[in-house]
Amino acid sequence: MNSVITNQPFVMSDTAKPAAEPAPVHPTAPTPAPASTSATPAPKQEIAFDIQDLSIFYGSHQAVKNVSMLIPAGSVTAIIGPSGCGKSTALRALNRMHELTPGARHTGKILMKGQDLYGPGIDATVVRRRVGMIFQKSNPFPTLSIAENVLVGLRLNGVKDKAFLSKRLEESLRMAALWDEVKDHLNRPGTGLSGGQQQRLCIARALAVRPEILLMDEPCSALDPIATAKVEELIHSLKSQYTVVIVTHNMQQAARVSEKTAFFYMGKLIEYAPTEQIFMNPKDPQTEAYVSGRFG
Amino acid sequence: MKRYFHHELEDLRKHLILMGERTIDSVRLSMQSLLADDVSMAGQVIALDDEIDRLEVLIDAECVRYITLRQPVAHDVRLMTVAMKTNHELERAGDEATSIAKRARRLAEFGKVDEFFNIPRMGDLALEQLRDAMDSFIAEDVEKALLVPKRDKEVDDLNRDNYVKLTDKISGHPETSHATIELIFISKSLERIADHATNIAEEVVYLLKGEDVRHTNEVRRSVM
Repeated sequence: MNSVITNQPFVMSDTAKPAAEPAPVHPTAPTPAPASTSATPAPKQEIAFDIQDLSIFYGSHQAVKNVSMLIPAGSVTAIIGPSGCGKSTALRALNRMHELTPGARHTGKILMKGQDLYGPGIDATVVRRRVGMIFQKSNPFPTLSIAENVLVGLRLNGVKDKAFLSKRLEESLRMAALWDEVKDHLNRPGTGLSGGQQQRLCIARALAVRPEILLMDEPCSALDPIATAKVEELIHSLKSQYTVVIVTHNMQQAARVSEKTAFFYMGKLIEYAPTEQIFMNPKDPQTEAYVSGRFG
Repeated sequence: MKRYFHHELEDLRKHLILMGERTIDSVRLSMQSLLADDVSMAGQVIALDDEIDRLEVLIDAECVRYITLRQPVAHDVRLMTVAMKTNHELERAGDEATSIAKRARRLAEFGKVDEFFNIPRMGDLALEQLRDAMDSFIAEDVEKALLVPKRDKEVDDLNRDNYVKLTDKISGHPETSHATIELIFISKSLERIADHATNIAEEVVYLLKGEDVRHTNEVRRSVM
């Protein structure tokens, strides 16, 4: 049953071309980067994403410029930068969501655990199943109940076993720290929840299909401080099992939740380092200016 | 709601309390070394000073990290500033204790000290002040903290009295001048330790009440 959703290869079973030869799990170090970018991981750290010279274009506009970085598995990586710097575009490329924008194209590579996400025959839908996404504005399906929202991904994939679904429903809502608040009214509309609860419902929905990685695009920007704190606590609890990449314009949030932080500016990766270093002793003057509020 | 990083505040408190304990141990051992004429204790005091110095660096780093990554406000930001300042006060008190221990070692070379004047009493008071200051932090006791500065006058008075008596001794018995000068410095070190304890207690009041009572009538001490 689980094989329908979990650990699914990127290639569809019948109609797709064979997957490309997987790249080594620990690729060779990329071309030496400027001192301010830290692309080489600590020894023996598992890598979730190996981004190699990634550029993304919307028509003639280049939104992301030659970005290379290694995102470690089982941790939270934050991407910060001013509006329009390309951080959301870079994030969306990690599960091929940017392709949904007409005119979008890219150069470079993104390897997920050694496999090229954009290789020939790779199914974007399967990629998005393994790499879940949470958006800025929570988007529970308006016509579905709380339970139906969580299980919609499984049901769309043909899962019918009621016992399995019930178990997965509770597990996902518990992981999203929402179970206790909704367990007695799972049949109520998902849109009837508060803003913070709706966002956690969306996280439960993403977790129900057991992704390996969660991408979060400013997940708390529409939430009040208490709801934000609850989502941050949730992110902290998830990182032992998942890799989380979070885009945030709230620098303090990046400082609180992440182990590594990438600073983007005008489409370029300016500095990528442990979060402590970015906020306590950044190497690049642009990073220093941004995190200390002197930008502009 | 307790956040996942709030344990860092508890770790900081523990390190500060440990540093207080080490400083109190250091003062106590330095006085024992002096009064019991036991130079072996001086080595222990010097070793404690190394540990106190390490804790000072650790606590400062913890505070800067917490301020940077957690953006504390209200009580938490006061805890950060108080921790960094108390850290420094304890480290200085530890240095004074080390100075006493080293002078005790030098005194031993001049033979047994025949009279310590007010020094034993000052040692007891300085230790009591330090303990009360740290206890007021641990127990979050404002009243206890406010009492510490008010007792500082007694230590100051004893030091002034020592100075008069010890300088008189030098005048009357110049052959004792080397040893007596060491006692003058030791008296001054004990007076400084009590001052550091007073400063810590004032910081505790700021932490608990958000009020800066330094240099106010509420804690007015002696004035030279």
